[in-house]
Amino acid sequence: MVGHHFVEQLVTSQFACSITVLSGEKRLAYDRVHLSSWFSGSDASDLAMTDEETYQKWGVNFELDAQVIDIDRINQTVSTATKTFSYDVLVLATGSYPFVPPIPGNDQPHCLVYRTIEDLEAIETSATQSKVGVVVGGGLLGLEAANALKQAGLETHVVEFAPQLMAVQLDPQGGDLLRQKIEDLGVTVHTQKATQVIEAGEDCRYRMVFADDSYLETDMVLFSAGIRPSDFLGKKAELAVGERGGIVINDQCQTSDPNIYAIGECALWENRIFGLVAPGYTMARTVAAQIAGGEGAFTGADMSTKLKLMGVEVGSIGDAHGKTPGALSYTYHNQPDGVYKKLVVDATQKHVLGAVLVGDTSDYDTLLQYSLNGIELPQKPESLILPSAGEQPALGADALPDSATICSCHNVAKCDITQAIDSGCCSLGDVKSATKASTGCGGCTALLKNVVDSELEKRGVEVSKAICEHFDYTRQELFHIVKVEGIRSFDDLLAKHGSGLGCDICKPAVGSILASVWNDYILSENNLPLQDTNDTYLGNMQKDGTYSIVPRIPGGEITPEGLILIGEVAKKYGLYTKITGGQRIDLFGARVDQLPDIWQTLIDGGFETGHAYAKGLRTVKSCVGSTWCRYGVQDSVGEAINIENRYKGLRGPHKIKFAVSGCTRECAEAQSKDIGIIATENGWNLYVCGNGGMKPRHGDLFATDLSTETLIKYIDRVLMFYVKTADRLQRTSVWMENLEGGLDYLKAVVIEDSLGIGDELEAQMQLIVDAYQCEWKTTLASEESRKRFRQFVNSKQTDSNIQFVDERGQIRPATEAEKMAGEARIPVEVI
Amino acid sequence: MQANAEITPLWHDICAESELISNSGICALIEDQQIAIFTLDTADGRTLYALSNWDPVGKANVIYRGIIGSVGSEPVVASPLYKEHYSLITGRCIENETVSLMVYDVQIIDGRVLIAI
Repeated sequence: MVGHHFVEQLVTSQFACSITVLSGEKRLAYDRVHLSSWFSGSDASDLAMTDEETYQKWGVNFELDAQVIDIDRINQTVSTATKTFSYDVLVLATGSYPFVPPIPGNDQPHCLVYRTIEDLEAIETSATQSKVGVVVGGGLLGLEAANALKQAGLETHVVEFAPQLMAVQLDPQGGDLLRQKIEDLGVTVHTQKATQVIEAGEDCRYRMVFADDSYLETDMVLFSAGIRPSDFLGKKAELAVGERGGIVINDQCQTSDPNIYAIGECALWENRIFGLVAPGYTMARTVAAQIAGGEGAFTGADMSTKLKLMGVEVGSIGDAHGKTPGALSYTYHNQPDGVYKKLVVDATQKHVLGAVLVGDTSDYDTLLQYSLNGIELPQKPESLILPSAGEQPALGADALPDSATICSCHNVAKCDITQAIDSGCCSLGDVKSATKASTGCGGCTALLKNVVDSELEKRGVEVSKAICEHFDYTRQELFHIVKVEGIRSFDDLLAKHGSGLGCDICKPAVGSILASVWNDYILSENNLPLQDTNDTYLGNMQKDGTYSIVPRIPGGEITPEGLILIGEVAKKYGLYTKITGGQRIDLFGARVDQLPDIWQTLIDGGFETGHAYAKGLRTVKSCVGSTWCRYGVQDSVGEAINIENRYKGLRGPHKIKFAVSGCTRECAEAQSKDIGIIATENGWNLYVCGNGGMKPRHGDLFATDLSTETLIKYIDRVLMFYVKTADRLQRTSVWMENLEGGLDYLKAVVIEDSLGIGDELEAQMQLIVDAYQCEWKTTLASEESRKRFRQFVNSKQTDSNIQFVDERGQIRPATEAEKMAGEARIPVEVI
Repeated sequence: MQANAEITPLWHDICAESELISNSGICALIEDQQIAIFTLDTADGRTLYALSNWDPVGKANVIYRGIIGSVGSEPVVASPLYKEHYSLITGRCIENETVSLMVYDVQIIDGRVLIAI
C-alpha cells in the first residue's frame, strides 16, 4: 500500500525518472486495511489498489513474485532469485510480517496468520474443514481477524494475553465495554490467557493449553499477536537496524545509506514503528517529494484511530491512558446504551490530551481537532462528550487553524483546501478531486463540507446564502442594511442594493424586515406589493382561492359573547368552523369580497386580527392554571394573555408560537414552542427554540425561576436577536442549532449581554410593541383599502368557480367532478 | 362591463387608471372571462399586462393576487397558490412547459384602462 502510494506520488510529480516496482507477492498493491471484507464477498480485484494497465500507462516497470534476496550497495543493484536490477535510489517498502508467538505446536496445519490474500485463501480453505476457530491476539488486527472467522461461519474465540482488549488504544473500562459488545455478537473473549502448547484435541482438532492449566479446543488457530518489521534486507545489507527490529530512518526517511530509503512498517523512526496506513503514506510523500527535487520531512504521526469492529464503533485519540503528568479525565458511561467516553485533558483543563470512545464515535472528529490543533477547550470540557447534542458547543470550521489536518488519510490540511478554492474549486466535489480529501476512509466528510462551505462563503461564492437573484445578500445582511441606512421601502432598497424587479422570495422577505424594523402598516402603498397573498388580504388563502379567518383569542380565553359572535358570523356567511391547534377558532370559505364585512362585524364585537396569515407571532397557548386547576402554581392564563398582547403584530423570519403552562404537568405543551414558559413555585422557567411540525424539537431550558419582568426582558432579547439574525423561513430551532456556540452562546448574549446589545434589542422590541395596530381595523377605516377586496374591478359578480357541497353539517370546497356534475352550489349570501 | 364601440369593437373599457394598484394586480370580468391586470411601475415608467386569471395548476381564479417580479430579464407573476412563475409577456410557465396563461392586449387611453379580447 505504502509502496504504491509512493509510486503514485512520484508519477504525479511528473519528475522524469524510470521506476521499477519489485513485488514479493503475486500481485500489485492491494488494500490490507479492509482484508476482512474478503469474507463478506470481496475478491482480489475489489481489494486491488491499482492494476497492471495503470502501471503500464504510467510507464512504471514491475515484476511480480519477485522476492528481493540481496542488495549490493556498492554497485547499487538488487537481486531476485533470477534477475538483477540497478538503482540510483532504492526505496524499501517491505512492510511487516505477523508475529507468531513461540508456542510449541504453532507450525501445524490450520495454524495460520492474517496478512496477505494468500493467507485469506488459506483461512477460507481451513474454515471449510473447521467448526471452531481461535484468534490469538485481542488488538485491533486480532479483532479484525475474529470478524473474518465469524463471517466465515466459525464459532469464534479471541485469546488475549493482556487483561483487556485493544490495550494500546483503550483504557480498561473502554476495553471492558468493547468486550461485552463483541461477546454480544457471539465471539467469546478469553483475557489473561498465555498459551503454553497447542496439542491434539478431543472434541476438536487441537487443544490450546493455557498457563493456568485451563484449555480451549479449536479446529484452527489464527495468530494476530502484533507485527514485526520486514527488515531482513536491511540487516543483510548492513543498514542500521533497531534493537527490536526496523530499518532506522531519519526525518527524510533515509536509511544509514543516503541512497536507500525505507517507508511504512519496515521503517523505524525515533525508535518507533508506525503500524497504520496514514503515517506510511506520509513517509511515501516525503520520499517522493525529495526524489522529485523538493523538500519534505516525516516528523512523526498521530496514531489516533476511529474504526468499526464488527459494527462496534471504537475511537482512540492521543494519550488515551492519561499517562501525561497532571492529566485529568472526564468519563461518561451509559451502560444501557453501551456507550463509554473518556476525555483526557491537561492539568489546566484547557487542552485535550486524548480520548477513548466506545459505542459512539460521533464526537471523534471534534475531539481530534481539539487535540491536534491545541484548540482551547470550552469552559465545561465535559460538555464535549455528554449526550444531548443541542447543548454541545459547536466547533465551527472558522475556529480551526490553517494547519489543521482535515483529512489524515491524504494529509490534507485546512490551508490545502483554502488553496484549492483559491485556484478555482467552487464545490465540495471540486475540492475532493483536487485534494483527495475525504476519499480515503471518509471519516472527515462532514468536517470537510463545513470547511468548504465556510471558505466558499467567505469568498461570496455560490454557496452564498444570497436570498435570491435580485439581492446578493442574506436576510441578516438585508436586515442590517435596512436598519443602518434607515431604508423604509423595497424600491429604495432595490435601487441601492439590488437588481431586476424583485420576486416572490425577496419581496415578502423585505416586507417582513421592514415590518420588523419599523412596524409600518404592511398594506401601505409601498408595502402592499411586497406581501404574500395571505398578508395582502389578511387571511389564509385556501386551495379554492377563498380565505380563512382567525380572530385573536389571547391565551385561548374567550367569553360566551365572543363565542356567540363568531358563531353568528359563521352562520351568516355560511363558513366552515374548526378549532385550531393554537386555541382559536378558524372560519373557512370566505370569498375575498366578503372579508371586509366579516371583519367589520368581528371588530365591532371587540375582536382583533389574529395574524394567522403572518410570518410572525401567532398564539400564546395556555392551560387553565392556578385560578381553577388543583395543581397549578401560577396564573398561566393571565400570563399568556399579557404576553400575547405584548408581542402580537411582531413579524419575523417565520411563524412564532408560544405557550404557558401553569405547572410542571405541562398541559399547554410549552416545550414544543418557540418560546415555552412553565410555572414554578418561585416564578417561571423559560424554554426556547422548540417546535412541532415536520421535525419536532423540544425547547431547551434557558433560565429558571424568573420574575415576569425578567421573563419579558429575556423574551424581548431572544426574539429580537432571532428576528435580526435568522435566515428567511428559519424557525427558532434551526436558527439556534446553526448559531456558532448554540444555546450557550444565546444565553451569553441574552443573559450576560456578552455583545452589549441587550438594551438595543429591548428598545427595538418596545418600538414594535408601541407601533402595534390591528391591521384589519386600519384597513377597514380606509375606503381605498376596502376597494382592494373586490374580486372584479368592473363588476359586482362573484367568482362562480367557488362552489361548495355539504359535509357533516358544514360546507367544504366542491371537487372538480362535483362541479362538473352540477352537485355543488354557488353560495348565496343571506343579508 | 360595457364594450366601447367608439374605439374598436375589440377593446373593452374596464375602469379608470386610478383603480390600478401600483406593482400589484386587479381583476376584471369580461364576458364571463376573468382577466388579471398587472401594473408594473419602474423608473422607466408604467407598463400594464393582462393575462387570464385562472391558475391552471391550482385550479382557482387567483392569478391577480400573485406577486410580480422578474426572472432574469423577464417580468413574471408568481401564482399565490403554488408559486409557479408565469411570464407577463408571453404567459408561459417557467417551471412547467405544459401549462400557460392567456395574454391580452391592454392599454390606457384618456385615463381609462382598455383590454382587447
